[in-house]
Amino acid sequence: MCVYDISNNKQIMSIQSAIHELLEENTKRSIYMDHAATTPISPEVHSAMESFYSENFANPSAFYSLGKFAKDAIDDARKSIATCLSCRPEEIIFTSGGTESDNMAIFGIARRHSSKGKHIITSSIEHHAVANPCKQLAKEGFDVTYLPVDRYGKVSVDDLKAALREDTILVSIMAANNEIGTIQDIAEIGKILKGHQAYFHTDACQAAGSIDINVDNLGVDLMTLNGSKIYGPKGIGILYLRKGTRIKPLIYGGGQERGLRGGTENVPYIVGFAKALKIACDMREKESTRLEKLRDYMIDGLLKSIPKSMLNGHPKDRLPNNVNLSILDIEGEACMLFLNEIGIYASTGSACTSNSLEPSHVILATGLPYECAHGSMRFTLGRSSSKNDVDFVLKVMPRIVEILRKISPLNLDEKMVKEESKGELKYI
Amino acid sequence: MSLPIMGNSKSDVAGPKGSAWMYTDKVKDHFFNPRNLLENAHEIDEDTYDGYGQVGSPACGDMMKLWIKVEDDKIVDCKWQTFGCASAIASTSMMSVMVSENGGMVTEDALKLTPDDIMKRLGGLPNRKIHCSVLGDKALTKAINNYYRRSKQFNRMKVESSRVIDPETNVTDMDIQEAVLEGATNMESLQEKLKVAIGNPDIIPEVEKILNFYVSKYYGE
Repeated sequence: MCVYDISNNKQIMSIQSAIHELLEENTKRSIYMDHAATTPISPEVHSAMESFYSENFANPSAFYSLGKFAKDAIDDARKSIATCLSCRPEEIIFTSGGTESDNMAIFGIARRHSSKGKHIITSSIEHHAVANPCKQLAKEGFDVTYLPVDRYGKVSVDDLKAALREDTILVSIMAANNEIGTIQDIAEIGKILKGHQAYFHTDACQAAGSIDINVDNLGVDLMTLNGSKIYGPKGIGILYLRKGTRIKPLIYGGGQERGLRGGTENVPYIVGFAKALKIACDMREKESTRLEKLRDYMIDGLLKSIPKSMLNGHPKDRLPNNVNLSILDIEGEACMLFLNEIGIYASTGSACTSNSLEPSHVILATGLPYECAHGSMRFTLGRSSSKNDVDFVLKVMPRIVEILRKISPLNLDEKMVKEESKGELKYI
Repeated sequence: MSLPIMGNSKSDVAGPKGSAWMYTDKVKDHFFNPRNLLENAHEIDEDTYDGYGQVGSPACGDMMKLWIKVEDDKIVDCKWQTFGCASAIASTSMMSVMVSENGGMVTEDALKLTPDDIMKRLGGLPNRKIHCSVLGDKALTKAINNYYRRSKQFNRMKVESSRVIDPETNVTDMDIQEAVLEGATNMESLQEKLKVAIGNPDIIPEVEKILNFYVSKYYGE
């Protein structure tokens, strides 16, 4: 009988030459597909910020003309942001970014209103900047309800209604998910909460520039936005705080931001953030339409060319730039490093890239087994993304997957994975 | 354009610094040129190898299969397949080279191979990737034990015994080792993972001793 000779080098060469061929054929380029992680600062934003570094550097609190100039710049920025959100300028608080805004909203409401109740409702797929403050509050004696999501990452409005209690003081649900791109029915939730004492916060960092962020349409009392996802600077964000909503500050200092957030204002970043948000809102509709087409083309191409792959997130209620799929039998970090070697920058929900060694809590929350979270890949498109870029990814991805599947001992049964997950798996 | 891959600080990497790649060149070499990979595993049958070991699970994010061929008590060939990240793949590849190079390692010496030996040959791994090299070491132990069993050398088998440390939760020293490899490097994170010694402060010194042993073993802290 002819048995496989395990010392036969011919077989070994085949995987190595497959890898060499792939890497040599595709000379390194630079295709950034991680816009949900952060975006580059756009040139217009950059030039708007420039004069506030060394020229117009004065402290906005200073009472001379140079200080007044800086203060005016902040006031203008605040007005411009208020226009984008259809709110009043004094409802905008500048912070150091999305994480601070989320912390400020959650701790701020909880600590100011604990006499009215200690119940908080949030979802099981929130960003850590919301999830971890809630976890901390639970340690401090608050009662936190985590709403589940369906297979597509959607929070059910009925679940929310059922979870609401007399002592609920805060509901925090993200507008759109950073990993799987699912967009929640924020306006619907806002309507339900209209007659309730609970304050409604939404983290809209990923959503800005993709969905309408008119605070009255959304019905929110607090909303987080940041610069780093909208082609603005990192380290700057805002918390929208509806007039009459009282919070306990996180940072005490010299009375800036109406005493709600002490510290000398970061003038260049504030100016940059306002400019970035203005551009994002102005180009929202056109850019969203362009990206949606590109996104669907990419999803379709990947699912067709990669066997045993499935889409994560909602097929329709989805950020225009988000492509996230689980690929069975391979691990995301290894896939990411192959892409990196070719010059495609994407991310993964694999445990291997997280500090906690836990895979994506978002993908697990949609009911998929761990196997799918380890093999999940996220590509997030942006202003620089072209059809050429997508075509290139579509060309190399199936080959990378094929190589990694040769290295992997796994051959998971699609059906088994399907049965382990809740609900219907449309793309399997 | 040089992008840092995963935003790791240099101190996180136990090896050369300042490269755009978060792993060493050796890791990269073994990741993109995997040595001794077993392709077409379905074509082989039991008799083609002398020992076989499998560890990990797809749910955990890494799994490994290892096959060895033994002649005159030396590992003359070592083949593998790995599901896992770059460091898991590179660690298995490197280990397969180490045990089969220069005419092959004597099985007993191979059993003494430590994750640290593999890591040193790879030029270091980031701290949170250390568990990847441990997996290879465990698969090798299993494969060699399997060889001993098949060749009826039962007395040579390496038995890893575990001992219950906390009778309340049935946590063993092996559980603590696992938890350390998964990133629990202090008492608080260990308790969060294992709930060990929570209602039983008397055993805390013992738990701490084992915790410190494994932390210094794997992280050198």
